[in-house]
Formats: sequence, C-alpha cells, structure tokens
Amino acid sequence: MTSSGSMDTIMDAHAFARALERMAGEIGALADPADLVLVGIQRRGVELADRLASLISKSGTEIPRGALDITLYRDDLETIGPKPFVGETNIPCNLDSKSVVIVDDVLYTGRTVRAALNELADFGRPSKVSLCVLIDRGGRELPIQADIVGERISVGKNDRVDVLVRELDGKDGVELVAEGEG
Amino acid sequence: MSERSTIFTGGRVIDPSQELDTASDLLVVDGKVAEIGKNLTAPDEAEVIDVSGLIVAPGLIDVHVHFREPGMEEAETVATGARAAVAGGFTGVCVMPNTDPVTDNQAAVGFIVKQGGDANAARVYPIAAITLQQLGERLSEFGELVAAGAVAVSDDGRPVVSSHMMRTALEYAQTFGIPIVDHCEDPSLAAGGVMHEGLVSSRLGLKGIPSAAEEIMVARDALLAELTEGRVHICHVSTEGSVEIIRQAKSRGARITAEATPHHFTLTDMACEQYDTNTKMNPPLREDHDVAAVIEGLKDGTLDVIATDHAPHHYEAKERDFDDAPFGVVGLETALGVGISELVDTKQLSLYDLIHCMSTKPARIFDLPGGGLSGGSPADLVVFDPTRLWIVDEAKFLSKSRNTPFSGRELSGAVVRTVVAGMTVFEAD
Amino acid sequence: MTALELGKDLLGLESLTAQQIVLILDTAEPFKEVSERAIKKVPTLRGKTIVNLFFEVSTRTRISFEFAEKRLSADTVNVSSQGSAVQKGENLVDTARNLEAMRIDMVVIRHPSSGAAKFLADRIDSNVINAGDGKHEHPTQALLDLLTIRDKRGRIEGLRVCICGDILHSRVARSNIWGLLKLGAEVAVCGPRSLMPLGIEQLGVRVISRIEEAIEWADVLNILRLQLERMTGGFIPSLREYNRVFGVTVKRLEQARHDLLILHPGPINRGVEIDSAVADGSHSVILDQVTNGIAVRMAVLYLLSGGRRETAEAAMGLNV
Repeated sequence: MTSSGSMDTIMDAHAFARALERMAGEIGALADPADLVLVGIQRRGVELADRLASLISKSGTEIPRGALDITLYRDDLETIGPKPFVGETNIPCNLDSKSVVIVDDVLYTGRTVRAALNELADFGRPSKVSLCVLIDRGGRELPIQADIVGERISVGKNDRVDVLVRELDGKDGVELVAEGEG
Repeated sequence: MSERSTIFTGGRVIDPSQELDTASDLLVVDGKVAEIGKNLTAPDEAEVIDVSGLIVAPGLIDVHVHFREPGMEEAETVATGARAAVAGGFTGVCVMPNTDPVTDNQAAVGFIVKQGGDANAARVYPIAAITLQQLGERLSEFGELVAAGAVAVSDDGRPVVSSHMMRTALEYAQTFGIPIVDHCEDPSLAAGGVMHEGLVSSRLGLKGIPSAAEEIMVARDALLAELTEGRVHICHVSTEGSVEIIRQAKSRGARITAEATPHHFTLTDMACEQYDTNTKMNPPLREDHDVAAVIEGLKDGTLDVIATDHAPHHYEAKERDFDDAPFGVVGLETALGVGISELVDTKQLSLYDLIHCMSTKPARIFDLPGGGLSGGSPADLVVFDPTRLWIVDEAKFLSKSRNTPFSGRELSGAVVRTVVAGMTVFEAD
Repeated sequence: MTALELGKDLLGLESLTAQQIVLILDTAEPFKEVSERAIKKVPTLRGKTIVNLFFEVSTRTRISFEFAEKRLSADTVNVSSQGSAVQKGENLVDTARNLEAMRIDMVVIRHPSSGAAKFLADRIDSNVINAGDGKHEHPTQALLDLLTIRDKRGRIEGLRVCICGDILHSRVARSNIWGLLKLGAEVAVCGPRSLMPLGIEQLGVRVISRIEEAIEWADVLNILRLQLERMTGGFIPSLREYNRVFGVTVKRLEQARHDLLILHPGPINRGVEIDSAVADGSHSVILDQVTNGIAVRMAVLYLLSGGRRETAEAAMGLNV
C-alpha cells in the first residue's frame, strides 16, 4: 500500500451521509421497491449497498441485497496474474424480471462494471440493470455511465480515491490521495 | 620396433608393489620399465618428459566396466571405452560379459580381445559369463574361455541365484585359478526396486531395494567360499552389513576379495531426491552409515579394490522417468578425481593407499600385467597432478555416454598423461 | 517464493509451505458457490488450453479436473493411455515435446511412475499439475481432504487424523501426511506392517497397528482403497482376512467419538476396507469430498494460471 503523497478529504462523514440519503431516494424512484434488488461489488460496494437498502427499507419495503465478486470475470488475468483472494458472490434471489441496481464505491475505467454485468447475466435476466456509485472519478475506458452518482470529481491518473466505510475502516468518508509521481 | 627410450624426470614415483614412494626419475626402454632412481642418465636419443610436481604411478586398473559391445554400441564400444579409460588414468580394464550376445563362449571372448587390441588405448581383459547366457542354468566352458583370454568369470548384472550353481562354479574355477566375480543381490527381495529402501524411497514413492538383498548373497558367497576354498570376488559392495560380513569371512581365512565404487563411497540416497536418473544404479546409493562403512572397509583392507562399475547408457535411455530408466553410471573419467577428493583430501586414505586400491591390488587379484613399476614390467603408467582442481563436464568425456552422477562437481586430482607399454596413449590439454 | 505465489507447477504438498496450502484452501471456498449456480461457469480461464494427460486409468480424478476446467471456461483436451499411443515407459519425453509444440497452457498429468510429473514440469514451460504420480503424491486429493476436514471441523490444527490401509503404495497417504503435518494435525497411520513404508515414523507420524485403537484415538479416519493386487502380490493373505482385521465396521465404530469423520478417496471396496453401512452412514463425508474436489481443483487451476514469477510480481505491484 502506498503511504507517500498528500491527502485531501473529498467527503467527510456528514457529506457522506447526505450523499447516501439522496442516492437512496433516487434508487427508490427508479422502480417499484418490490422489484428492486441491490447488488454490491466486493468489497466496499457491498457495504454501500447494505446502507442504501436499509435507507430505502425505512419507507416500508425490505429490499433484497446481494454481493458480487468480479475477480473471476476480470479481463486482466493474463497481464497481472490471479489475485490470490477471491471474495464471496451471493445473489439472494432469482433476478428474472427484477430491477437490479449495481452498487460500487468508485467508477473509474468501467472494467469492473463490465465484469459485473457479465457475471450478473449468469444469474438471470433482469428487466433492468442500473448503476449506482458514490464517486465518479472519470477516466472511462469503456462506454459505461452511472445512473446515480454521489459526487463527480476530476482527478489525475496517478491519484487514488479511497472510499472509507465505518464497518471496514472505522469511519465514513472519501479521501483523495495524490501520488508524488507517476 | 627399434630400441626406444623415455625418461620421466623430476616426479614423485609411487609404486605400492615395491613399497616405493620417492622423488625419482623413471626410465622406460622399449616399452618396459628399465630403472627408477635419482638423477638417472638417459640415453642420448631418449625422449625427456618433465614431470616435476606430478605423481608417476603404475597405470590404474579397473576390474569392473561395461563396454556394451556387442549389442549396445550406441552407448559405448570397446574402442571408446578403452579411450575413456586412458583419459581417466586406467591402463587396464576388465569388461563384464553382459553384452548382447553374452560373452559366454570362446569366439565372444576372442572378439573382445581383438577389439581391445585394435583400440590402441587401455588393455582390455574380458570377463566371461559363469553360466551360459547368464541364465544361471549351465556352467559355461571355463577352460576354453580362459584359453581365449578371459581373466575371470561373472554373471554381473544378475546374481547367481542358485546356491548350488555358485558352489559348483567356485569349485570348478579352481582348476584355472580364476576368481568368481559375483553381483550380490537376492532377486526376490530386490524385485522392482529402483533405489535404496529407506526414508528417502518412502518419501519419493519409489520402490526400494533393501540392504538385506545384498547382504544375504554376500553372506552366502562367503560361506560357499569357505566351504569350497574357492576364490570369490564381491562386486560393488554398498552396505555396512556387507562390509562386516566380508571382514568376518576374511578373518576366518575365506578366499574372498571385494570392491567398492567411487559413487558408493561418496554419495547417498539423498542424491535421488530430484529423480535424477543418473543417480540410479544397482546396487543403489545407500545411507551415510553405509558410505562411512565402505570407506572404513577400504581403510582396513576389508574392501580390496576400487572399481568403477562404468555402466554407460545412451542419453535417450536415461531421459525417462525414474522407474523406467536403466541402472548404471559411467565412472572411468571421474574415478581418480573422486578418489583423491573424497578419500585422500579428506585424510581417509593416503595417495599411496589409493594407488594400491586402484592399481596394485586389482592387478594382483585378477592376475593381470601391470600394477607395479619394477624393472622389466610393462611400462603402463599414469602421470597425474594430485592437487589440480577441475569441474566435471560430461560433454568433454571420451566415453560415448554422459550418465555421471558427478556432473558439475569440483574434483581435485587430474590425469596429465597415460602411458601403455611405453607409448603415450593419453595426454591432457 | 511468497505466500501469494504457488510457482509454476503443483507437484506435491511436500514442497509447499503451510501458508501456500491455506491459500489454496481459502481460494477454494468461493469456488464452491460457482458450482451451485444455475449457470455453472465463470470466464476466468477463457482461451486457456489444458491437456489432461492420463497414463493410468482414472475416472473420478479426471472427471473432477474436467469439471473444474470447464467451469472456469478453459478449453480442454483429454489424452488417455487407452485412446492413443502413450503407454507406460514409452515416450514421456516425446509427449512433453509435442505438448510444448502445441502451445498449451497447462497439463494435468496422471502417471504410474513416481516423479513423472516433475519430469514433465522440468521439461516444459506450461504449468503442470500432478494428478497422481506413481506412489509419490496426489496433491489435489489431499487438498480436498483437508478442505473437507476444515469445513466440518473449522480447523486442522490439533486434530487427530489416522490414515488407514495400504500406506506403502499410496500417493494419497503421502500427500495427506505432508498437508496434515504442515497444518498442525496429529497424524497416525494404521494398517498391516507389510503395507507400511520403511521409516514412516521418522516423518513424525505415529504407527497404530490395530484398527480398534485407531478408531478410539482419531477425530478423523481417512480410509484408503485396498487394491486387489496387494493380495496377489503377497502383501496380505486375503481380502476376507483384511476385512476381519482392518475393516472399518459398524461394530468397531461403536467405540468411536460421536463426531468422528470418515473420509475415503474412492472408489470404495465395500465390505473390504469399509462396510457399506459406514460408507453411507452419519460419520461419512465421502460425498462432500467429491464436491470439494471440484472447488479445490478450480482453485489450483486459477492460482497457477498466469502464475509465472514475472506476472505474479507484476500483480503485486499493480494491485488496485
């Protein structure tokens, strides 16, 4: 892990909570809550999906949520070799005719989402698939866009955007770590 | 040939046959040793060879080699084997009869003698088969074989299974004064085995050959030698138990002699760890305590001679999985270096004792010319540098085969020149 | 070699560290889920070519590998000694050269000679997975045994595991012994002394001569198949006597802990080394082993794919 470079706060805990609440509202408006399924991408996407589902559930309907580990669907095995740790994939129900929302922390090249779409297709045929991300940092390499975005930022190629969640990192927030050099 | 003289000056002459270890010149006249002494005056036309700092010794004699001709000429021929021999400092070798066809008749023995003569390198002495086709069923005709040039009989490669047959051979051979040379192995215990049976074979999942497979037959042969008063020579002793059995038999006066190979006094079954088929030989590499016992046997004379069991195999034959590869390793071109490195440099044997085991004693046991440099004996000798370091590179072997377990090993002691009947037959670059 | 790297080949468990073994077991866990899906396939090894080279008859192991390969989307070719010119003792070298020329990515090899997998691995650039070499090792079988025990018990460390039967001729026993010892289990073997390899105690394994004693001692019994040839080979008098003396029977299990696990690598000789009622009974986890076999093999294929040193090093630098 990198420790060099300067660090800026993009979202504090307060801004983080507000963003999630707004996003939950937008998701609720996407489809009939009875048809909604939230699927988070391992790892922080899973936590975010859980939070969003709880927020939407406050309005009455329990939203099914799942987890997707896209490691086995990556297209870079040949170049960077296998990642040694493969996470859990858990799809809670049949996805046929559901409105599935993929949740991830940061949208960057779009390759992760491409892999997630492929993987999702192996679990059924949803009537609609949407994408919800906390941060869109630009830099797309594939024609993929998010439907719901917490915040759009523009950062350099060598910068890193870290989304922190209480459950894993002890606090909520988003930080920008600027690398000294490329 | 007209009178030809060569004088070797400035060397250290070691000749156990005369209990000699002295800084001397050595004069060879007409293929025979003429004189050993300080500051000899050579005839005017004599070739002068300066051997300062080097050892001059009777040519080494290997009583156990396989030259594969006839039948497996892609691995070795008598000619290539005899050249490999002189490159290793050997001036005489005894070739085993397990060729195809087997050396079990007069014509076959004559063929080896002729090929050996044509090779113009080391002297080649045939050992003939004890039984026809080495089948262990009928004795071969020892009288005719000896008349044709055989110096001993052996079914090497296979043991003589029947104790009755062994007894008969030991008795019958006495008429001709030749030793019975036995490869000691109980075939039912050894069946299917490819390495020493022990912890390493258990780990590697390879079928083991227990030490007892050898020791049972050594014990039998020792008892039969006593019973018959015949002469038995035990090949390639590999276990502590065998050494002890031979020691006891000798102390009781049995006419038993025995040999040890360089690989058995150097390597253990740990060498097989990587499934390298160049560590597969029969008898197999044993354990540390066996290596120590074999060295002890050489030190106290229980084991009389060092013999290589030079067993060449073509590259393709060894390039297989361990179970399917043939047994055997080459040894002629590394024996002196391994002997000096593993026995002399480690202070286990003196250089004098090593030459005793590699030249004088083998000549005496097999009743061969050579093995000494007394006046009038054939000028078969080796000149070597006991301290020169070299790395075993099998690509440089004169043998046709490369199957050495010592590849890449640094050895001390290098052959400089080998002379047979006064003629230089090998000279190092 | 770091814990993140298995190297080019999987030849045995003797040469692996505890960390590497745990990595394979941990990686196998998520692969179990893939086999539970309606579409039992992920694209991970798409475009990779794998040859299953079987010089010895095998149904279970070959099928298990084939499922694992197909569920990872690899292209597979099966070569077996019955259907082609390959025979024991014949042209393992030529086979290696041919495979190399065909630019395949991985070879799964089963061969009757110990060391054959290493022989091949030393001669080709492709990854080699040992699916059983002679009496040497059968690493994926031991890994699936370890995974099954860990699943059922939550740990390996401190468990008492007894391997029963023909240890002398068993590659399953050897791989299990290494894996179990490295992960901290207490290991024993039980069977007739004529079927025990020399010096087995020196590996840190306890030898138990009576099956009754083994049953009382163990948390886990791994019961090996007794090959019919062992009788004709003179190692035991008869299968009947073997069952009488060493068979794991319902009656003998009365002395076992209630949560004793019984494993068997298959195929089972019912009524010889194990009673039918035991094989199908409450202690048995034999079918879990079969299920876990696919997950473990998927994990091994995955971890070795692109597992060459340079790519693994690059992966560590690039992990985002």
